[in-house]
Amino acid sequence: MKELDTSGYSCPEPVIMTKKALKDSPEGLIVIVDNRASKENVTRYATALGYSVETEEGKGNWKLKLSK
Amino acid sequence: MEEVKLTSLVRSSGCNAKLPPGDLHKALDNLPIKRSEKLIEGFESSDDALVYDIGNGRVLIETVDFFPPMVDDPEVFGEIAAANAISDIYAMGGNPAIAMSLMCFPSCLDISVMRRIMEGAIRKCDEAGVVIAGGHTLSDREPKFGLAVTGFADKIWSNKGARPGDIAVLTKKLGVGLLMTAHKAGENDAKEAIIQMRTLNKKAKEAAEDLDIHAATDVTGFSLMGHGYEAAVASGITLLIESDKLKFLPGAEEAARFGFVPEGRYTNEDYLEDKVDVPESLPLYRRDMLFSPETSGGLLLFMSPLDAEKYLRRFPDAFIIGKAIEKEGKSVRVI
Repeated sequence: MKELDTSGYSCPEPVIMTKKALKDSPEGLIVIVDNRASKENVTRYATALGYSVETEEGKGNWKLKLSK
Repeated sequence: MEEVKLTSLVRSSGCNAKLPPGDLHKALDNLPIKRSEKLIEGFESSDDALVYDIGNGRVLIETVDFFPPMVDDPEVFGEIAAANAISDIYAMGGNPAIAMSLMCFPSCLDISVMRRIMEGAIRKCDEAGVVIAGGHTLSDREPKFGLAVTGFADKIWSNKGARPGDIAVLTKKLGVGLLMTAHKAGENDAKEAIIQMRTLNKKAKEAAEDLDIHAATDVTGFSLMGHGYEAAVASGITLLIESDKLKFLPGAEEAARFGFVPEGRYTNEDYLEDKVDVPESLPLYRRDMLFSPETSGGLLLFMSPLDAEKYLRRFPDAFIIGKAIEKEGKSVRVI
């Protein structure tokens, strides 16, 4: 699964990046987010598009696994 | 010089750029502030402006507000910043009169942009009957603009007079923060949000002038929940928000569902989490709409049911959001 690192970006940038990345890999994506707003917002975006989201907490970041 | 997009120069914008309330309290609570007998509302209250007794039953009201741009058109930004700054005077029941401008301006921008921001501000000030009498400008990487506004009143509306039985009325729709976040992402033209931000709270205030307003504030960066909480605590009541009565700008719900949620929504909730009561069953997007920052939002007015009826007839843009009840558990309860 492709990985997208949004660390260092603040909202709405990580959602825009996720939107673009999902166009290239509509089957699913791993998104790294480093703040709560990005974690919540990317999760909302993916859920609204019908993806299921698995969240794994790392050191100072989260790994969101978006899959259909 | 090539036209630079104003919003491309800033990290956060509008009232969303406010420092989170929790941090603010940590920094400012219990500072050794001196008191002045003539200061009716000062540092210790969370009201919208300072109120100073100038004698003969008159008071002076003063407020300051400035922020980074949320729109690219310099004139529209100037209008929004002015309408937002002046609003605090209306929220205290005053008539704004004079203002000083605060401008932070990047060297990469053509100086004509500054002029256009001022033109927008002056246009809005004219509409409010405010004269800009000077200001201060700094060179800064991020543009920011706003006003320090002075107004006068015979009788003020503070945020601490709400009584059980009062109706809570809001004069502008909610959802500006959500729509502007979607707008920043290129997902929404935010046309109605921009119109609403440019609209002065002048008419909303004037329609209430001969009514008995028990408490008032305006809804900006701390969201409906945050400003409602401040008024409820100051008044010693519980504010009951009836979520099905709230009105939102078109597109706000969709922006929330798709994750175009401003960061301030999360810091607002962090601060308020243990202070307000929101049912678990409330859909997430509704929660987003309650906690999202507003920019240049409406007046939140508390008045008797009879006055509320009169007010809604005079100012049909306004709507009831709930009511004040005897303090019971948390200061804000959403149903």
